[in-house]
Amino acid sequence: MTVAAELVARVEAGDRRALARLITWIEDDDPRAHAALAGLYPRTGRAHIVGVTGAPGTGKSTLVSALAAEERKRGRSVGIISIDPTSPFTGGALLGDRIRMMEHIADRGVFMRSMASRGSVGGLSVSTSDAVRALDAFGCDVVFVETVGAGQAEIDIVRTAHSVIVIEAPGLGDEIQAFKAGILEIADVFVVNKADREGADKTANALKVMLDVGNTMKQRRGDGPARVPAPSAAEAGHHGAREGNFPAEAYAPTTDATEWRPPILKTVAAERRGVIEVVDALDAHWRHLRESGAITQRERERVEDEVRQLLGRTLTRRCVEAGGLERYAALVDAVTARALDPRGAVEALIGAWVAQRKEAG
Amino acid sequence: MTETKKIRVLIAKPGLDGHDRGAKVVARALRDAGMEVIYTGLRQTPEMIVEAALQEDVDCIGLSILSNAHGALFPRIVELLTGEGRNDILLFAGGIFPDEDVPEIKRLGFRGVFGPGSDTRDIAAFIRTEIAARGPVRG
Ligand code: B12
Ligand SMILES: Nc1nc2c(ncn2[C@@H]2O[C@H](COP(=O)(O)OP(=O)(O)O)[C@@H](O)[C@H]2O)c(=O)[nH]1
Ligand SMILES: [Mg+2]
Repeated sequence: MTVAAELVARVEAGDRRALARLITWIEDDDPRAHAALAGLYPRTGRAHIVGVTGAPGTGKSTLVSALAAEERKRGRSVGIISIDPTSPFTGGALLGDRIRMMEHIADRGVFMRSMASRGSVGGLSVSTSDAVRALDAFGCDVVFVETVGAGQAEIDIVRTAHSVIVIEAPGLGDEIQAFKAGILEIADVFVVNKADREGADKTANALKVMLDVGNTMKQRRGDGPARVPAPSAAEAGHHGAREGNFPAEAYAPTTDATEWRPPILKTVAAERRGVIEVVDALDAHWRHLRESGAITQRERERVEDEVRQLLGRTLTRRCVEAGGLERYAALVDAVTARALDPRGAVEALIGAWVAQRKEAG
Repeated sequence: MTETKKIRVLIAKPGLDGHDRGAKVVARALRDAGMEVIYTGLRQTPEMIVEAALQEDVDCIGLSILSNAHGALFPRIVELLTGEGRNDILLFAGGIFPDEDVPEIKRLGFRGVFGPGSDTRDIAAFIRTEIAARGPVRG
């Protein structure tokens, strides 16, 4: 058996050390990971992938930990990937999300991995989808991916999830942080965390107003996304009366029942309040994605995006390697010196690869 | 275009010891030295530390203790790692240890022991040297 095949067998058998090693290889872009992932691919596509994003300190890690606890109560196994930024100056990273998740450490039904963003262009979203796939093949029913809602790379990652939670918290200034980061559009569920603090209602209201405006504009343009219905009141209440239960609000003014209206939910993640409602909303969204058929479209878009990214990365590497790193550097120098234009350099690089392919027959 | 492999470090505080300044200082210094540092927070049992190390697939574990409880905690952590077949992970420790305990800590397999006033640059250099000497850890 090859090293990769052995790893595949171990991951399939539920060996978490093998899963951990596979994720390491994925992060290192090790060819053994590519072989193992090819072997595991048929086993993937079962997990519900949930992206969680928002400004630093809003409570993402705390909420994910609380959501994981609720998912476990519902009998599901959970995978968690938390991504923190790599320092562009030192290349190092401090990965502290685990601090909030240690409550699950003895539970074999929860696997958590911290990842640093590492900064290679396009590399983060590729390695994140591969790591998610590894957890999926391992048998996780739900996979949470936590990212700081900051740059385009993070947005690209959460976009690949089936359901996206965008978190806000009061006390981060009057602005809606997600609006600044341009991530409002991708939310399927809004959470206003730290509802124990003053200003939570104000934040929820500000969100609602902002979303109403955005929605009206979309409707006018007639290009709103094809959305599916939000959980009905009856559904949202199916766990009966509970303590610390916050009312859910669906923001959209539309009466069209085929549209998903992202609910705005208030939580106190640190005390696990309001968490049942968030999992209910995730379940409802997942169900509707499948029942409405929207899942097929999302999945296809996701796959296409991934294939395109991989194509770009793979071709880049092959073209550069075909001519050698020195030639690559010389071409960049020539463009800098205005002796060649950028497209000319690209043609030369592709030419080197084509020539190499011909030689190889 | 290939990057050199990143060193992944777990910094953990076993036991009930609440002195976390040193651990945080070291965690930040190692990040600034270009490593990926996973910090678990306070009050970890040996089981929690070993499980975190397995899931994170770290190259090394640095334990911080100032409460004099290393005598019970360190051997247990080594025992659990051995049981998981992961005694290839580099171990080191920092904090306050009586001089006469240091040989025993080293005998357990801890390659470095760093007391108060340790220069964090020395800690980073120690990790690099040890990891380089071990060859490819993630083979
Ligand atoms: C600050 C301090 C506190 C603060 C801690 C704040 C905090 N959040 O960390 C407070 C006031 C809370 C505190 C409380 C107590 N403390 Co106190 N405290 C200290 C003190 C004065 C300094 C420690 C410190 O922060 N140093 C600064 C940091 C940067 O240095 P460091 O931790 O030594 O770390 C360096 C190295 O040791 C090493 N290192 C440390 N960890 C690691 C990890 C790795 C992986 C590596 C490579 C290196 C490394 O590198 C660091 C950089 O050089 C020491 C005395 C001393 N001079 O050390 C006593 C001391 C540690 N405390 C002591 C005691 C007894 C207590 C209390 C029990 C007192 C009491 N009766 O209430 C409580 C217990 C609290 C608890 N829950 O555990 C004793 C411990 C005695 C022992 N070991 O037997 C000491 C030694 C004082 C003494 N001489 O009696 N304490
Ligand atoms: N008051 C309050 N604090 C919270 C709540 N949820 C999380 N926190 C705290 O907010 C801080 C940041 O939480 P964390 O989960 O690390 O945020 P992240 O950076 O978004 O992952 C921590 O100190 C948490 O304890 C909450 O519901 N209420
Ligand atoms: Mg976090």
